[in-house]
Amino acid sequence: MFCIKEKHILNPTVTKMVIDAPLVAKKAQAGQFIILRVDEEGERIPLTIADYDRENGTITIIFQIVGATTKRLNNLEEGDFICDFVGPLGKAAEVEGFKKVAVIGGGVGCAIAYPTAKALKENGAEVHTVAGFRNRDLVILEEEFKAVSDKFVMVTDDGSYGEKGLVTDALRKLVESGEKYDEVIAIGPLVMMKFVSLLTKELGIKTIVSMNPIMIDGTGMCGGCRLTVGGEMKFACVDGPDFDGHLVDFDEAMRRSSIYKETERHRYEESCNLFKEDKNNG
Amino acid sequence: MANMAPKKNEMPVQAPDIRNKNFSEVALGYTKEQAIDEAQRCLACKHKPCVSGCPVSIDIPGFIAKVAQGDFEGAYEVIYKQSSLPAVCGRVCPQERQCESKCVRGIKGEPVAIGRLERFVADWHIANATEKVNAMPKQNGKKVAVIGSGPSGLTCAGDLAKMGYSVTIFEALHTAGGVLVYGIPEFRLPKDIVKREIENLKTLGVEIVTNAVIGKTLTVDELFDMGFEAVFIGSGAGLPRFMNIPGESLNGVYSANEFLTRTNLMKAYKEDSWTPIMHAKRVAVVGGGNVAMDAARSAKRLGADDVYIVYRRSMEEMPARREEVEHAEEEGIIFKTLNNPVEIIGNEQSFVNGIKCVKMELGEPDESGRRSPVVKEGSEYVLDVDAVIMSIGTSPNPLIRSTTDGLDTDRRGCIITKDETGLTSREGVYAGGDAVTGAATVILAMGAGKASAKAIDEYLKNK
Repeated sequence: MFCIKEKHILNPTVTKMVIDAPLVAKKAQAGQFIILRVDEEGERIPLTIADYDRENGTITIIFQIVGATTKRLNNLEEGDFICDFVGPLGKAAEVEGFKKVAVIGGGVGCAIAYPTAKALKENGAEVHTVAGFRNRDLVILEEEFKAVSDKFVMVTDDGSYGEKGLVTDALRKLVESGEKYDEVIAIGPLVMMKFVSLLTKELGIKTIVSMNPIMIDGTGMCGGCRLTVGGEMKFACVDGPDFDGHLVDFDEAMRRSSIYKETERHRYEESCNLFKEDKNNG
Repeated sequence: MANMAPKKNEMPVQAPDIRNKNFSEVALGYTKEQAIDEAQRCLACKHKPCVSGCPVSIDIPGFIAKVAQGDFEGAYEVIYKQSSLPAVCGRVCPQERQCESKCVRGIKGEPVAIGRLERFVADWHIANATEKVNAMPKQNGKKVAVIGSGPSGLTCAGDLAKMGYSVTIFEALHTAGGVLVYGIPEFRLPKDIVKREIENLKTLGVEIVTNAVIGKTLTVDELFDMGFEAVFIGSGAGLPRFMNIPGESLNGVYSANEFLTRTNLMKAYKEDSWTPIMHAKRVAVVGGGNVAMDAARSAKRLGADDVYIVYRRSMEEMPARREEVEHAEEEGIIFKTLNNPVEIIGNEQSFVNGIKCVKMELGEPDESGRRSPVVKEGSEYVLDVDAVIMSIGTSPNPLIRSTTDGLDTDRRGCIITKDETGLTSREGVYAGGDAVTGAATVILAMGAGKASAKAIDEYLKNK
């Protein structure tokens, strides 16, 4: 059992939890993920490590409440326990040897982009961050990003905060203003990573994306997380989660991510109703 | 005088058209009377040919004689000397290719039903034993780490614990049992039985740490740093293989590992499970092994109307256990042998709606001795299905080999062992089961775990 040491509501749909998991914290690196199971009956879901504290033996996770399991996870409070928590899984992000890197985070993807930005900074890179959100209410980690970025650009779809526009607009502007990046790291919704990769291909900048497909075991057994990268089949859990954005077949990944959409929606509504009942009874 | 009936006592089973709609165990096991009657068919041959067919060398005539006398607990003790998991083996061993294939009674008629008797004895013990056979052995103070809690790991751990070693098993998943819990379905091997066998090991002092991925959470070298003096790697088969044909990324294409893990480990067959699975109406399972049979029969039970086994060779070459093939046929699984998929076809939403196959014919024998299938020209056709389950084997998991310096693997990625002791290229590191052989059977993995336990004991005694 793994204790929830802290819980913070970052915005109405995004929650941060600090979990007591010393063995995972000892090894965790930016870009890696964990798999958790909320309780005995729960499904296994992968979440990228948002931060780690080796001394205190904790792992920070930041998750968006999108389905039944994240809803149930969000229902737990400080001092509660998570049944299973395993990791660190996947390969670590490459953060050494860069002079200047643009880190692009989209929505809750910022939670994954942040530890990578931080690690890049610690390894001596100049870090420019572009963080994109739908609107002001959904903004997370602004202060944290600012602390590790030499340049920070905030964009929102509706212009309610920072510049109005998409992350691709902001990145194009930076490059057109003369910034030269060794690499772009894009982490966010599949569609965002797809368009960042298309842009950087045009601009000729190497791009790494972090894939987050459906997984079960996360250790290289089920093959559910398979992707096509450069025409070859890859398993995100052991070969990734980071891949060359110019080689990933995003359209296929988007189709595969929607396979259980109907079931998930159904389960999500069911779990919402359950909580409603709980509230009524309580 | 032995019972000279030419045929085995039939084992009671759930009727096919009832069982193909539920996940309860198919075979119901012998009654006491049936077991004694069957045991009396054994001729108690002096040279015990059956024992040579058993990968863990159970004293088969010895335990059968006890059954014939009605001493079932005595029979259990004989089996338990060699096997830590009798209730499992009695259910999943391919006896027709092992012990039973050597039985003298099989020359004229059917061999003694050794597997069914083993199962009976193990189940009788579970239901009736009052005192624990396996009292905690005297500890010798030496620590051994076992990676993986599948058949090889459990056997190795059990044998070492019986010798007095303090054994810790590291399991990557949240539940112990390996393929016995994520792979083999409830209707063939009830999970309660696996659980009980594992509880048995715990009474021997074996500790099980779940959620520990060796190669990630901890490395083999760190295990030595933690004071373990020897390590056994029984990490299992690994990454599922695909055919490399178009359409394998469509929605509705599963590896057998994923389909079975969702169904068994994550209990997607239960109404209230949180783990989703597609309830397809027409399913093609590609492959002819036990895993393919398990996947096909699970798909049927999840509500499919038509389930096909698509296999490129003929019925004779099919590697699955005979009984599984027969059970599958009885349950209405349709066998498309000498058929090979060339493409999976999807609809506009990228969900599977067909599998394009070609017909095959058998040509000359290949290096494995099996006649290799050759495509029949112009035989292409499309089978209408809405899910495809690929069950064509696995390739070894990279996590341990890529994080353990000096651990030699072959070009496929399987761990290389020096001999049958399972010793690897690293001192004190032994390996067995599918991690060494590639996908094989439960009992072969158990045999390997057993041999390594013996070798580890000798190594640590002389160290």
